[in-house]
Amino acid sequence: MNLQVDVQGNGKKSVVKLSGEVDVYTASVLKEKLNPIAQEAEQLIIIDLSDVHYIDSTGLGIFIGALKTADKSNSSLKIIGANSRVKRLFEITGLNEVIDINEDQREEV
Amino acid sequence: MTQTSDFIELKMPAKPEYVGVVRLTVSGIANRLGYSYDDIEDIKIAVAEACTNVVNHAYNDTDKEEALMFIGCNVFSDRLEVMVADRGGDIDVNSFINGKGPVDATKPIEELKEGGLGLFLIETLMDKVEINSNSGVMIVMTKFLQRDGVEQDDNGISKETPKQ
Repeated sequence: MNLQVDVQGNGKKSVVKLSGEVDVYTASVLKEKLNPIAQEAEQLIIIDLSDVHYIDSTGLGIFIGALKTADKSNSSLKIIGANSRVKRLFEITGLNEVIDINEDQREEV
Repeated sequence: MTQTSDFIELKMPAKPEYVGVVRLTVSGIANRLGYSYDDIEDIKIAVAEACTNVVNHAYNDTDKEEALMFIGCNVFSDRLEVMVADRGGDIDVNSFINGKGPVDATKPIEELKEGGLGLFLIETLMDKVEINSNSGVMIVMTKFLQRDGVEQDDNGISKETPKQ
Protein backbone atom coordinates (compact mmCIF):
# COMPACT_ATOMS: atom_id res chain seq x y z
CA MET A 1 0.00 0.00 0.00
CA ASN A 2 1.89 2.92 -1.27
CA LEU A 3 1.72 5.91 -3.50
CA GLN A 4 4.33 7.22 -5.84
CA VAL A 5 4.09 10.80 -7.03
CA ASP A 6 6.18 11.82 -10.05
CA VAL A 7 6.17 15.42 -11.18
CA GLN A 8 7.34 16.53 -14.59
CA GLY A 9 7.07 20.15 -15.55
CA ASN A 10 8.19 22.61 -18.18
CA GLY A 11 7.33 26.12 -17.13
CA LYS A 12 3.65 26.37 -17.82
CA LYS A 13 2.64 22.76 -17.63
CA SER A 14 3.08 20.19 -14.89
CA VAL A 15 2.15 16.55 -15.16
CA VAL A 16 1.67 14.84 -11.83
CA LYS A 17 1.68 11.10 -12.28
CA LEU A 18 0.30 9.05 -9.41
CA SER A 19 0.92 5.33 -9.02
CA GLY A 20 -0.64 3.24 -6.28
CA GLU A 21 -3.35 3.97 -3.74
CA VAL A 22 -4.57 7.33 -2.47
CA ASP A 23 -5.99 7.05 1.03
CA VAL A 24 -5.62 8.67 4.45
CA TYR A 25 -2.12 7.22 4.80
CA THR A 26 -0.67 8.21 1.45
CA ALA A 27 -2.57 11.51 1.20
CA SER A 28 0.07 13.59 2.97
CA VAL A 29 2.67 12.73 0.31
CA LEU A 30 0.30 13.80 -2.43
CA LYS A 31 -0.64 17.01 -0.65
CA GLU A 32 3.00 17.97 -0.09
CA LYS A 33 3.85 17.53 -3.77
CA LEU A 34 0.66 18.96 -5.25
CA ASN A 35 0.30 22.11 -3.17
CA PRO A 36 3.47 23.93 -4.28
CA ILE A 37 2.61 23.20 -7.92
CA ALA A 38 -0.92 24.53 -7.50
CA GLN A 39 0.49 27.71 -5.98
CA GLU A 40 2.55 28.54 -9.06
CA ALA A 41 0.91 31.14 -11.27
CA GLU A 42 -0.72 30.33 -14.58
CA GLN A 43 0.03 26.66 -14.75
CA LEU A 44 -1.75 23.83 -16.46
CA ILE A 45 -1.69 21.01 -13.94
CA ILE A 46 -2.47 17.56 -15.26
CA ILE A 47 -2.98 14.78 -12.77
CA ASP A 48 -2.51 11.37 -14.35
CA LEU A 49 -4.46 8.68 -12.51
CA SER A 50 -3.91 5.83 -14.98
CA ASP A 51 -1.92 3.84 -12.40
CA VAL A 52 -4.19 4.60 -9.44
CA HIS A 53 -6.05 1.51 -8.29
CA TYR A 54 -7.75 2.94 -5.24
CA ILE A 55 -8.92 6.35 -4.17
CA ASP A 56 -11.39 7.55 -1.56
CA SER A 57 -12.71 10.81 -0.15
CA THR A 58 -9.34 11.77 1.32
CA GLY A 59 -7.86 11.85 -2.18
CA LEU A 60 -10.89 13.63 -3.62
CA GLY A 61 -10.58 16.25 -0.87
CA ILE A 62 -6.96 16.87 -1.86
CA PHE A 63 -8.00 17.39 -5.49
CA ILE A 64 -10.64 19.90 -4.33
CA GLY A 65 -8.00 21.68 -2.24
CA ALA A 66 -5.58 21.74 -5.18
CA LEU A 67 -8.32 23.03 -7.48
CA LYS A 68 -9.03 25.90 -5.08
CA THR A 69 -5.34 26.78 -4.79
CA ALA A 70 -4.88 26.53 -8.56
CA ASP A 71 -7.91 28.74 -9.12
CA LYS A 72 -6.43 31.43 -6.88
CA SER A 73 -3.15 31.39 -8.83
CA ASN A 74 -4.93 31.53 -12.21
CA SER A 75 -3.94 27.97 -12.95
CA SER A 76 -6.11 25.20 -14.25
CA LEU A 77 -6.24 21.61 -13.16
CA LYS A 78 -7.38 18.55 -14.99
CA ILE A 79 -7.39 14.84 -14.50
CA ILE A 80 -6.57 12.19 -17.07
CA GLY A 81 -6.39 8.40 -17.18
CA ALA A 82 -8.94 7.65 -14.46
CA ASN A 83 -10.30 4.11 -14.65
CA SER A 84 -14.03 3.43 -14.57
CA ARG A 85 -14.07 2.94 -10.79
CA VAL A 86 -12.36 6.27 -10.14
CA LYS A 87 -14.59 7.98 -12.70
CA ARG A 88 -17.65 6.59 -11.00
CA LEU A 89 -16.49 8.06 -7.70
CA PHE A 90 -16.12 11.46 -9.35
CA GLU A 91 -19.64 11.14 -10.74
CA ILE A 92 -21.20 10.04 -7.43
CA THR A 93 -19.60 12.93 -5.56
CA GLY A 94 -20.29 15.48 -8.30
CA LEU A 95 -16.59 16.25 -8.55
CA ASN A 96 -16.73 15.65 -12.31
CA GLU A 97 -18.77 18.85 -12.54
CA VAL A 98 -16.00 21.00 -11.10
CA ILE A 99 -12.85 19.19 -12.26
CA ASP A 100 -12.17 18.38 -15.90
CA ILE A 101 -11.79 14.60 -15.97
CA ASN A 102 -10.70 13.64 -19.43
CA GLU A 103 -10.68 9.88 -19.43
CA ASP A 104 -8.94 8.72 -22.57
CA GLN A 105 -6.40 11.36 -23.27
CA ARG A 106 -2.78 10.87 -22.36
CA GLU A 107 -0.63 13.92 -22.27
CA GLU A 108 3.10 14.18 -22.50
CA VAL A 109 5.19 16.99 -21.15
CA MET B 1 -35.52 -17.03 8.69
CA THR B 2 -32.70 -18.56 10.68
CA GLN B 3 -29.24 -17.75 9.53
CA THR B 4 -25.93 -18.71 10.96
CA SER B 5 -23.27 -16.07 10.81
CA ASP B 6 -19.55 -15.87 11.26
CA PHE B 7 -18.13 -12.97 13.19
CA ILE B 8 -14.70 -11.50 12.57
CA GLU B 9 -13.29 -8.90 14.88
CA LEU B 10 -10.33 -6.60 14.38
CA LYS B 11 -8.78 -4.18 16.82
CA MET B 12 -6.31 -1.78 15.27
CA PRO B 13 -4.41 1.33 16.25
CA ALA B 14 -6.41 4.31 14.94
CA LYS B 15 -3.55 5.34 12.67
CA PRO B 16 -3.59 6.13 8.94
CA GLU B 17 -1.25 3.25 8.08
CA TYR B 18 -3.74 0.66 9.37
CA VAL B 19 -6.73 1.81 7.31
CA GLY B 20 -5.32 -0.04 4.29
CA VAL B 21 -4.91 -3.18 6.39
CA VAL B 22 -8.58 -3.06 7.40
CA ARG B 23 -9.52 -2.43 3.77
CA LEU B 24 -7.63 -5.48 2.55
CA THR B 25 -8.99 -7.70 5.31
CA VAL B 26 -12.60 -6.74 4.65
CA SER B 27 -11.98 -7.09 0.93
CA GLY B 28 -10.83 -10.66 1.56
CA ILE B 29 -13.96 -11.43 3.55
CA ALA B 30 -16.22 -9.92 0.88
CA ASN B 31 -14.39 -11.88 -1.79
CA ARG B 32 -14.99 -15.08 0.14
CA LEU B 33 -18.70 -14.32 0.19
CA GLY B 34 -18.77 -14.04 -3.57
CA TYR B 35 -19.46 -10.35 -4.16
CA SER B 36 -18.81 -8.90 -7.58
CA TYR B 37 -15.66 -6.88 -8.21
CA ASP B 38 -17.61 -3.62 -8.12
CA ASP B 39 -19.40 -4.50 -4.88
CA ILE B 40 -16.09 -5.41 -3.23
CA GLU B 41 -14.62 -2.08 -4.31
CA ASP B 42 -17.68 -0.29 -2.89
CA ILE B 43 -17.32 -2.11 0.43
CA LYS B 44 -13.59 -1.30 0.54
CA ILE B 45 -14.25 2.40 0.09
CA ALA B 46 -17.11 2.52 2.62
CA VAL B 47 -15.08 0.71 5.29
CA ALA B 48 -12.03 2.87 4.62
CA GLU B 49 -14.17 6.03 4.91
CA ALA B 50 -15.47 4.91 8.31
CA CYS B 51 -11.94 4.10 9.51
CA THR B 52 -10.64 7.41 8.14
CA ASN B 53 -13.26 9.21 10.21
CA VAL B 54 -12.02 7.40 13.31
CA VAL B 55 -8.39 8.24 12.52
CA ASN B 56 -9.13 11.91 11.80
CA HIS B 57 -11.85 12.78 14.28
CA ALA B 58 -12.39 10.29 17.09
CA TYR B 59 -9.40 10.92 19.31
CA ASN B 60 -7.67 14.08 20.38
CA ASP B 61 -3.90 14.33 20.53
CA THR B 62 -3.60 13.50 24.22
CA ASP B 63 -5.14 10.06 23.92
CA LYS B 64 -3.59 9.17 20.57
CA GLU B 65 -1.48 6.47 22.21
CA GLU B 66 -4.48 4.42 23.27
CA ALA B 67 -6.47 5.35 20.21
CA LEU B 68 -8.03 2.24 18.73
CA MET B 69 -10.52 1.41 16.03
CA PHE B 70 -12.76 -1.60 16.34
CA ILE B 71 -13.99 -3.41 13.28
CA GLY B 72 -16.54 -6.20 13.37
CA CYS B 73 -17.72 -8.16 10.35
CA ASN B 74 -20.90 -10.18 10.56
CA VAL B 75 -20.93 -12.60 7.68
CA PHE B 76 -24.39 -13.83 6.69
CA SER B 77 -25.31 -15.96 3.71
CA ASP B 78 -27.04 -13.04 2.02
CA ARG B 79 -25.21 -10.01 3.36
CA LEU B 80 -22.13 -8.57 4.98
CA GLU B 81 -22.51 -6.29 7.96
CA VAL B 82 -19.47 -4.23 8.91
CA MET B 83 -19.23 -2.28 12.14
CA VAL B 84 -16.62 0.39 12.67
CA ALA B 85 -16.40 1.87 16.15
CA ASP B 86 -14.18 4.00 18.33
CA ARG B 87 -14.04 4.92 21.98
CA GLY B 88 -13.27 8.54 21.43
CA GLY B 89 -15.98 9.78 23.75
CA ASP B 90 -18.77 12.18 22.99
CA ILE B 91 -18.76 13.77 19.60
CA ASP B 92 -21.36 15.81 17.81
CA VAL B 93 -22.39 13.20 15.24
CA ASN B 94 -25.11 15.47 13.93
CA SER B 95 -22.58 18.00 12.73
CA PHE B 96 -21.06 15.26 10.59
CA ILE B 97 -24.40 14.05 9.36
CA ASN B 98 -25.48 17.58 8.51
CA GLY B 99 -22.18 18.36 6.83
CA LYS B 100 -22.29 15.45 4.42
CA GLY B 101 -23.17 15.72 0.78
CA PRO B 102 -21.81 15.77 -2.74
CA VAL B 103 -19.83 18.60 -4.27
CA ASP B 104 -22.04 21.61 -4.95
CA ALA B 105 -21.04 22.62 -8.47
CA THR B 106 -23.20 25.74 -8.32
CA LYS B 107 -20.80 27.30 -5.83
CA PRO B 108 -17.74 29.26 -6.88
CA ILE B 109 -14.54 27.22 -6.66
CA GLU B 110 -13.22 29.05 -3.60
CA GLU B 111 -16.29 28.01 -1.61
CA LEU B 112 -16.10 24.29 -2.35
CA LYS B 113 -15.84 22.07 0.73
CA GLU B 114 -13.00 19.60 1.01
CA GLY B 115 -14.77 17.43 3.57
CA GLY B 116 -18.17 15.84 4.00
CA LEU B 117 -17.70 13.36 1.18
CA GLY B 118 -16.80 10.39 3.39
CA LEU B 119 -20.13 9.82 5.07
CA PHE B 120 -21.93 10.66 1.85
CA LEU B 121 -19.96 7.93 0.07
CA ILE B 122 -20.66 5.38 2.81
CA GLU B 123 -24.39 5.97 2.47
CA THR B 124 -24.26 5.90 -1.32
CA LEU B 125 -22.12 2.79 -1.67
CA MET B 126 -23.74 0.61 1.00
CA ASP B 127 -27.34 -0.63 1.14
CA LYS B 128 -28.05 0.20 4.78
CA VAL B 129 -26.16 2.48 7.19
CA GLU B 130 -26.75 3.17 10.87
CA ILE B 131 -24.80 5.62 13.00
CA ASN B 132 -24.86 5.48 16.78
CA SER B 133 -23.05 7.63 19.26
CA ASN B 134 -22.47 6.48 22.81
CA SER B 135 -19.02 7.16 24.32
CA GLY B 136 -17.75 6.97 20.76
CA VAL B 137 -19.20 6.58 17.31
CA MET B 138 -20.32 3.31 15.76
CA ILE B 139 -21.22 2.97 12.10
CA VAL B 140 -22.96 -0.21 11.02
CA MET B 141 -23.13 -0.72 7.29
CA THR B 142 -24.67 -3.53 5.33
CA LYS B 143 -24.21 -4.70 1.77
CA PHE B 144 -26.59 -7.37 0.47
CA LEU B 145 -25.19 -10.17 -1.63
CA GLN B 146 -28.23 -10.70 -3.81
CA ARG B 147 -30.52 -7.90 -4.59
CA ASP B 148 -33.28 -10.07 -6.12
CA GLY B 149 -34.01 -7.30 -8.52
CA VAL B 150 -34.86 -4.88 -5.74
CA GLU B 151 -32.96 -1.71 -6.44
CA GLN B 152 -32.63 0.34 -3.31
CA ASP B 153 -30.71 2.96 -5.12
CA ASP B 154 -33.00 5.92 -5.63
CA ASN B 155 -30.48 8.60 -6.42
CA GLY B 156 -30.01 7.74 -10.06
CA ILE B 157 -26.56 6.25 -9.72
CA SER B 158 -26.17 3.21 -11.85
CA LYS B 159 -25.42 0.00 -10.03
CA GLU B 160 -24.43 -3.19 -11.73
CA THR B 161 -26.11 -6.26 -10.41
CA PRO B 162 -23.61 -8.89 -9.31
CA LYS B 163 -22.73 -11.25 -12.11
CA GLN B 164 -23.04 -14.83 -11.01
